[in-house]
Amino acid sequence: MLSVVEASNATMIRVVLPFHLRTLSHANPEVQLEVEGIVTVRSVLDALEARYPMLAGTIRDHVTQERRPFLRFFACGEDLSLESPDARLPEKIASGEEPLLIIGAIAGG
Amino acid sequence: MRGARVLVGTRKGAFILTSDEKRAKWDVSGPFFAGWEIYHLKGSPVDPNRLYASQTSGWFGQIIQRSDDGGKTWFQPGFKPGEPTKTPEGMPVTESNKFVYDTSPATGKPLTTHQWYDGTQHPWEFKRVWHLEPSLNDQDTVYAGVEDAALFLTTDGGKSWHEVAGLRGHGTGPKWAPGAGGMGLHTIILDQKRKSRMYVAISAAGVFRTDDAGKTRRPINHALVSQYIPDPKAEVGHCVHRIAMHPSRPDVLFMQKHWDVMRSDDAGGNWHEVSGNLPTDFGFVIDVHAHEPNTVYVVPIKSDSEHFPPDGKLRVYRSRTGGNEWQALTKGLPQRDCYVNVLRDAMAVDTLDSCGIYFGTTGGQVYVSPDGGDSWNPIVHDLPAVLSVEVQSFD
Repeated sequence: MLSVVEASNATMIRVVLPFHLRTLSHANPEVQLEVEGIVTVRSVLDALEARYPMLAGTIRDHVTQERRPFLRFFACGEDLSLESPDARLPEKIASGEEPLLIIGAIAGG
Repeated sequence: MRGARVLVGTRKGAFILTSDEKRAKWDVSGPFFAGWEIYHLKGSPVDPNRLYASQTSGWFGQIIQRSDDGGKTWFQPGFKPGEPTKTPEGMPVTESNKFVYDTSPATGKPLTTHQWYDGTQHPWEFKRVWHLEPSLNDQDTVYAGVEDAALFLTTDGGKSWHEVAGLRGHGTGPKWAPGAGGMGLHTIILDQKRKSRMYVAISAAGVFRTDDAGKTRRPINHALVSQYIPDPKAEVGHCVHRIAMHPSRPDVLFMQKHWDVMRSDDAGGNWHEVSGNLPTDFGFVIDVHAHEPNTVYVVPIKSDSEHFPPDGKLRVYRSRTGGNEWQALTKGLPQRDCYVNVLRDAMAVDTLDSCGIYFGTTGGQVYVSPDGGDSWNPIVHDLPAVLSVEVQSFD
């Protein structure tokens, strides 16, 4: 069971992007985002897309807002991809100690 | 400078090939968007330095790219370096990769399903842009043919897209079905003479024509016969691979169907077969000589089960009679042990005095014939699999 915290103020979150999204956004491999309120996958992605609007639609579907099938979310050594996007992220993510990893699935051959 | 600029989309990026009018020596630039599938690139006839590209990925979805300097630099429309990415209200200035099907009552009955492989109905799901067709009159206006099949339009240089709903709304949409490669709208032909007329082709639905700039459409598949569908003479369901038209003769269309090479002399009202002496009438590409409206090119492929040239010989076939009588063009092309495919958007012609013909293969070769097909040379040998080839001519 992962421990979580609620950020009462804006928190600096670290997010690691897959290679192709770095080139698309001209961002560094790891970006830092200010997230207001409860730190969840949804709030982090909202902040990411606000900072890098060219990434809208590339991680989650424009209309349904669902995660693209070949992308996964990892944090603190755990796969959070199937968790609710509104579930609180682990404390170490919310505090900026650990990054949220957005991973492109290894597919094909 | 007189010459040609060839825009090549591949499985792993885009490439731009440039040459003078001799088309003997080529400069190669790229890969652009390395690692991404580039289904199609095309330049605006109004401003040849305005290029559009469809960049796609199974992981990250659809991206539209634009260049305003002939391909030297690229940006997502709305995200040009140095320009604001948000409105004063804090909203993104663009959603250039947002393709959402029209479900508004104002444009007719919203279509939600089409026929699936097993005959059941399946939801319409956007996957990617197969083909971009810039307007003949406005550099900011572009049509996009997408999978699942539909037609989209931008009038702001690619910043935003909306569906031209008359195509799916005309009634036969629930009968459209995907082919092996998906249900894509892959061909868009604009009529220079009659600006409200447009043809589109869909696998596997058929050809459709509008005479009122897209408000309404009708299938023009009369006399097409496809033995592989339940009703071989059905109004829709035909796997049309490509159609071609010469701008001076907009009522004459040529078609490479799944099987059969076809011709229409009445803007698609009727079709007749012109496969003639071809070694096989399966194939994907078809195109028309820039200065000879009755000269047509195809690349026969062995069969729908074996996607490579017959006998391991890569041959372009040319008809100077508008079909039926075909001549094999082999000079400079591999005539043994060649097992590549030539995909539907991977042939183009330039408009230089001596018409150049171009095609790309799944083996990564792009060939040019600067003499209308008489002789061929590889421009490049070892690109990723080629998905599309377009050419811009500079006279």
